[in-house]
Parts: sequence; structure tokens; C-alpha cells
Amino acid sequence: MAFGEFLITIYIFVLAVFVGFEVISKVPPTLHTPLMSGSNAISGITIVGALIATGDNNTSTTLIGIIAVVFATINVVAGYAVTDRMLKMFRKK
Amino acid sequence: MQENLINLSYLISAVLFIIGLKMLSSPKTARAGNFYSALGMLIAIVATLFEKEIISYQFIIIGLLVGSIIGAFISVTVKMTEMPQMVGLLNGFGGLASTLVGVAEYIKQYPNLNFYETSTIILTIAIGAITFSGSMVAYGKLQGIVSGQPITYPFQKIFNLLQFLVVIGGSIFLLFHPESYIWFIVIGVIAFILGILLVLPIGGADMPVVISLLNSYSGMAGCAAGFVLSNYCLIITGALVGASGIILTQIMCKAMNRSLTNVMFGAFGKKVEEASSVGTSKQIAVQGYTPDDASIVLESASLVIIVPGYGLAVAQAQHNVRELAEILEKKGVEVKYAIHPVAGRMPGHMNVLLAEANVPYDKLYEMDAINPEFERADVALVIGANDVTNPAAKNNSKSPIYGMPILEVEKAKTIIFLKRSMAPGFAGIENELFLLPKTMMLFGDAKDTVVKLVNLLK
Repeated sequence: MAFGEFLITIYIFVLAVFVGFEVISKVPPTLHTPLMSGSNAISGITIVGALIATGDNNTSTTLIGIIAVVFATINVVAGYAVTDRMLKMFRKK
Repeated sequence: MQENLINLSYLISAVLFIIGLKMLSSPKTARAGNFYSALGMLIAIVATLFEKEIISYQFIIIGLLVGSIIGAFISVTVKMTEMPQMVGLLNGFGGLASTLVGVAEYIKQYPNLNFYETSTIILTIAIGAITFSGSMVAYGKLQGIVSGQPITYPFQKIFNLLQFLVVIGGSIFLLFHPESYIWFIVIGVIAFILGILLVLPIGGADMPVVISLLNSYSGMAGCAAGFVLSNYCLIITGALVGASGIILTQIMCKAMNRSLTNVMFGAFGKKVEEASSVGTSKQIAVQGYTPDDASIVLESASLVIIVPGYGLAVAQAQHNVRELAEILEKKGVEVKYAIHPVAGRMPGHMNVLLAEANVPYDKLYEMDAINPEFERADVALVIGANDVTNPAAKNNSKSPIYGMPILEVEKAKTIIFLKRSMAPGFAGIENELFLLPKTMMLFGDAKDTVVKLVNLLK
């Protein structure tokens, strides 16, 4: 990877960290548990890498990839579903 | 062309994640926000399936199916009280997936890895493995499989430091000799052990901090995997989650007046025996009251502030407490709930437990909002909470919880404690409020007592 390309990646990373701090500091304490389970589901985005590893034509990476896909999918599905389950319960009088 | 479309989809995903998190700023929009976020994930997954590197699909479909079934099963069966260990478990799964992505990429590129690839793969594997094993221990502690007591042994810190140095040394060696896979395995294994050893000495009371921190790690592991694959979507998303976990960690540390270093290495709550022996000698002095006494006080109050603690959730008394509050409200009593940031076993846990019992969220007040109100409260009704009301945090510099911000129940005209016994709280400390003349102690199971109160007030 060329250095210029690497620099762009760093740019994106740094800006994303700022966006994250900005957005998440506005979440009220009452929603901190759904925030954790929801952001947890988002961190399952690593599934993208797992899918690429599985679909590749190489037996060992496919094997490792499929395990990664299973765990990442559990992370994503359970994370979103349980967050929805919790948020459904929050209601005003 | 196809490549551009895929990248465009990733951008849309990232935007949806940010919008989803932004909508979490209010309970009104939060549920829709979670939906947008899930939609973003779906778009990212579908887009990835069009990547030209993916040749066969049968294993992908199997993996997605198996994961979805297990995930759906977990999400339906988990109890709201078990939310902390579930988040811990899922953090671990995310970390493991990131580690495996790193390993697969190493195998794929082997043995021709450049400096950039080697360093990012090491980071992914190390952070992912620590997240995985640390989360499993946290899960075990919260689930009661592993002792909630801090586990310590001689030379712990030196041993951990040594392992850390081996990881650093090995990483530097690998940067120049990326083909020596033995070192890759060594780093992965040590990171795994390190994750276990870092969480074992941390006491159960500090688990909210640990879970928040591991949440952050799982994001960082995903972020590192993004650097490995040069995938902007992973980098952005990982950074968002990393930031979220760090903010929650800071909030939790502040709520307990502890530094992160102290939580990580302090083995808090270890000296319980000493404190509890003092408690038993004092037990004689404490006078127990009956629910009848309490119901008279509650009925004649104009403002009652309920302070729920984890003991309430353990007794599954949320629904009964809501019923009690509704009866009091019908009698013209104003009822508010005071929520301490560490009332549950994770950030915001108590709010979820009360929401489950249909307590409207606008009746729940944060510590800073409710503390000035205790002065005009006739009754502070403390149910299954102890440490978060203990004035020792303010006036006893020797107390282990000294400096922790507390709910100022001592300012209320009457304090009613619903408590199982005189046993000290989670942090293992006595509460001097029990001995005050204006305090009424109601001993027994929280649920039974609340049910009795409900029947008396009906």
C-alpha cells in the first residue's frame, strides 16, 4: 500500500473517532444499555472480513472464515434483536 | 464499476450506523434508529457478497444460517437481568471473529507480507484475542461460573508485564520476519492468556467498567481488521464503537470515583471479611419495623423517592414496585425514581429493568437531577440498594468507596430500607444510615415486603 493511501485511511479513522465521540456523548444515561448492545451489534461489521475469507478459494481460510462468519452473525443478529427488544419497552406515561 | 458500487454501499452503511446512533439520543426515536443501523448492516453484508474475491457461496450461506439461528435464539431467551453477561458474550464473539479474520488474511498473504500488512494483522489478532478471552471471563463472572471475587496471585503484575513485553518484542521481530509464523501463534496465545489474567483480578462490582471497556476493544479489533483489509466501512464502524465504549467506561469510572488503572489493577472488594465482622456486632442496635409501620408513613407522604438497586432486580420485584408506585399516585402521592449510574450491573441497566416493568421513563431521574429533591422528600424508599446511598462515601476518608458520588437519601425526612439482612452491600461496606433514628429497616425478601405494602395500601 502506498503511503498516500495509508494516510487517507488514517484520515478516515481520525474523523470517525470524532464523529463517534460527538454522537455518543449525546445518548442519555437511560439508554446506555441499549447503546452498548446496539454498538455491540455494529461491531459485528467484522463479518465483512469474515465473508471475504470464507468465499476465497483456499481450504484453510474458508475453514477459519466460516467460524468467523458464525460468530460474527451471532453478534449481529442477537445484538440487534435484543436491542430492539429493550427499546420496545421504553415508553412515556 | 462493481468495485465502486460496493464501496458506495459501504458508505451508505456507515452513514446509516451514524444516523442510528444519533437517533439513540431520545427514547422516542431510538427504536427506529436501531432499525436503520440494522439496515446498514444488511446493506454491508449484501454488498460484500458481490466482492470479486468471493468465489463460492455454500459455506457462507451455512455460516450465516447457523449464526442467525443461534443469535435469534439467544436474543429471545435472554432475561433482562442477564443483559450484562449477554453483551459480554457478544463482545467476545465479535473479538473472536476479528481475530479469525486477521489469521485468515495472514494465511492468504503468506509469506509475502509487507510492513503495513504485518503490523495491522498483529494488531487485529492481539486486540481480538484479548477481547475474546477477557469477555469470556467477564461472562463467567457475571453468570456465576467464575468467582465474582477478585482473584489475585503473587507476582501478578510482573507476570502480566512480562507477557506484554513478549508480545511487543515478538511483534517487532515479526515486522522484519513476517514469515516466522511461530511468533504469530505465540502472540495470539499470549494475548489470549493476557485477556484472562487481566479480567480475573477484577471484582464483580467493577464489571460495568470492564464490560464497557471490552465493548470498546471489540470495536477497535474490528477497526484493526478494517486496516488489514483496507476497508473503510470497517474502520469507520470500529472507530464509532471504540469511541462509544471509551465514553461509557469514563462515565462508569466517574460514577464510582475510581480511575481506570485502579479498576484494572486494584482488586476492589477483596477485603470483605474485615468489614462484615464489624457489621454483625452492630446488628443488635438496629431496630426492625413492620410493613404496617412503613405503609402509614408512605400513605401520609406527599413525595416519595424510590431508590432501586440490583437487589430489586434479583428479587424480580420491579412489577410489584411499579404497582406500589401506582397505588401511591392514586392516593395523591408524587413518586419519582432515583437511578444511580451504577445501580445495575452495566450502564443504564436499571432503566431497562424498570422499563420492562412498564415504569414510564420520564419518572426515572439521574443522580444529579434527583439529589436536590431529597430535601423535600418525605420518604426515600431504598429497595435492594446500599453502597450508592452510603454517606461514608462523603465523610469517611477511610472507606473504600470514599469519593464516590451517592444518592443523598439521608436528606429525606424518613428513610425506609428494604433489605434481606444486615449483610453489607456489594462493595462489602457497612452503611451508617441503618442506625439513624429516622431510618426504618424492613427485613426480608424485597418482593414479599413490597407485596405486603401493596396489600396494606390497597
